[in-house]
Amino acid sequence: MTSIFKNKSLLNLVFTFLGGVLLLFIIAPLAGMYLNTSIGSLKEAVGSEEVRNSVWLSLWTSMAGTILFSFLAIPLAYLLARKNFPLKSVVNGIIDIPIIIPHSAAGIAILGILTRDSLLGRTGELFGIKFIGNPAGIILAMAFVSIPFLINAARDGFAAVPERLEKIALTLGASPIRVFFTISLPLAWRSVLSGFILMWARGMSEFGAVIIIAYNPQTAPVLIFERFTSYGLKYSVPAAVVFVSVCLIIFVALRLIKKKD
Amino acid sequence: MLTLDNISLQAGNFELKNISFNVEKGDYFVILGISGVGKSLLLESIAGLLKTNSGEIFLRGKNITEEKIQKRNISIVYQDADLFPHMSVYENIAYPLKSKKEKEIKEKVLNAAEQVGITDKLNRKPETLSGGEYQRVALARSLAAGNDIFLLDEPLSSLDSKSKSELRALLRKLNRSGITIIHVTHDYEEAISLANKIGIMENGKLVHIASPVEIFKHPKSEFVAHFTGIKNFFRGELKTIQVSDLKEFSSNGLKIFCLTDVEDGEAFLMIQPDEISISNQVEIGSARNHFKGKITDIAPAKLGLEIYVDIGCEMVALISSDARKSIGLEIGKEVWINFKASSCKIYN
Repeated sequence: MTSIFKNKSLLNLVFTFLGGVLLLFIIAPLAGMYLNTSIGSLKEAVGSEEVRNSVWLSLWTSMAGTILFSFLAIPLAYLLARKNFPLKSVVNGIIDIPIIIPHSAAGIAILGILTRDSLLGRTGELFGIKFIGNPAGIILAMAFVSIPFLINAARDGFAAVPERLEKIALTLGASPIRVFFTISLPLAWRSVLSGFILMWARGMSEFGAVIIIAYNPQTAPVLIFERFTSYGLKYSVPAAVVFVSVCLIIFVALRLIKKKD
Repeated sequence: MLTLDNISLQAGNFELKNISFNVEKGDYFVILGISGVGKSLLLESIAGLLKTNSGEIFLRGKNITEEKIQKRNISIVYQDADLFPHMSVYENIAYPLKSKKEKEIKEKVLNAAEQVGITDKLNRKPETLSGGEYQRVALARSLAAGNDIFLLDEPLSSLDSKSKSELRALLRKLNRSGITIIHVTHDYEEAISLANKIGIMENGKLVHIASPVEIFKHPKSEFVAHFTGIKNFFRGELKTIQVSDLKEFSSNGLKIFCLTDVEDGEAFLMIQPDEISISNQVEIGSARNHFKGKITDIAPAKLGLEIYVDIGCEMVALISSDARKSIGLEIGKEVWINFKASSCKIYN
């Protein structure tokens, strides 16, 4: 790979310019938000228990959903990477559905299976778990919209592990379960971790599906929306800056840890 | 020890057809064939990595055709990319060990590492090893697994000649220690150097199974003859000649001078037909080997003519038709064959 600065061809210059415009498109709104927030209002937002609780709720519910559903997503990703079965392409398509449907529609769909009249709703109530207006419902809504990120990344990671190594491990007397935990998963862990981080990130920033399942307790995206609609832009921006900052700090730190390893 | 009975296997467009052979304990069986004839498929079907369509595999009398891979106790070593890259050499060797006692594991790892000469590499990661060291670790891991039958898939192919020769010596040593080896390769020199039994594979079939001498001296098919391309191949005894850089190879009452660094003892000698010259009188020149014999046959070759001369055993020389005319070679005529000591290829 050559340095972008060494090649001064027209193509390189045009592509660099276009790429720069795109980066500006991502950075400019965020930078504008930060620059338009006074230190005082930011301090006020950080000091607000309501803001802190909503950020914490977003973080932990998304993490809980990611951990919980990884027990289902990782085995499925492995199967998709290693095995052929009828309608495999249909299964791959189904996994991507949450990405393509409107998230408000996803919320309504999830609501349908979580109401008190539904099987899941009734079963949950038997164990004292309420989904609607409850963190348990938030977890499910977040997981629904973000699970494709984990499955797809993990599937690609498992597919990149040479199958031969797994076979050799079997010839050395290891059981398939041991092969999975000692060879396949450790060799695919970078991709699995990437998927894990993406799922967590996507889950905690979810708004459309979550607001339909649980307006309260409020996750950070819902709180920001509520402040925007009730009090306007000026009142919602400090809360948004706090949430975006927390997200950025966590993801930069995780990327650094992953890179270092 | 291991018997394959009429094994057939379909893998994509390729087919293994009715493979049958028997390997005894302590055998070194080399399956020789060009690339793409199904050698690796055959090994993988023995290890259980591929499912056979028909036929049966017996190991120590037990039918293992449907046995799970991890229960077969057969190790497989590939040309490369065998070692678990996220583990150290120590961890790789310890992988098959099931003991919970760390001391016991350490003992077995050290023992296996010692047998293959890599005790100083135990803390290294596989990517830091040379080709030869890498293969030694793969062999040590198979030893640690306690398996006494190894399947080797072109294990020397990616090695330089020095590492190749060292690893050959190691494979012979392991074989002598009781490990039964089935080794696939496209390199006939490797086969000569290691095997006590060779199987020639062609288009998914084992077309000839015999001892190295039998295979190379009396190829059963045109394919084998063409593939090996060997005419003058002898088994004999190599011994050092005092105050000379030459060694003496004795076979069938003949004494042939060779320029080689192969150690004394039982060995194979090979001379390419185009390295041998024929003359009516003994040639005075740099050639150290001169034998008088009678022409038994003259056969057209792809290029020129093959002259078969009986000098106590059969030697074949490749000459041009023009040369035949100029020295008047006919069947029954007595001639001299001459070749240099450096033309003799010796394998032990």
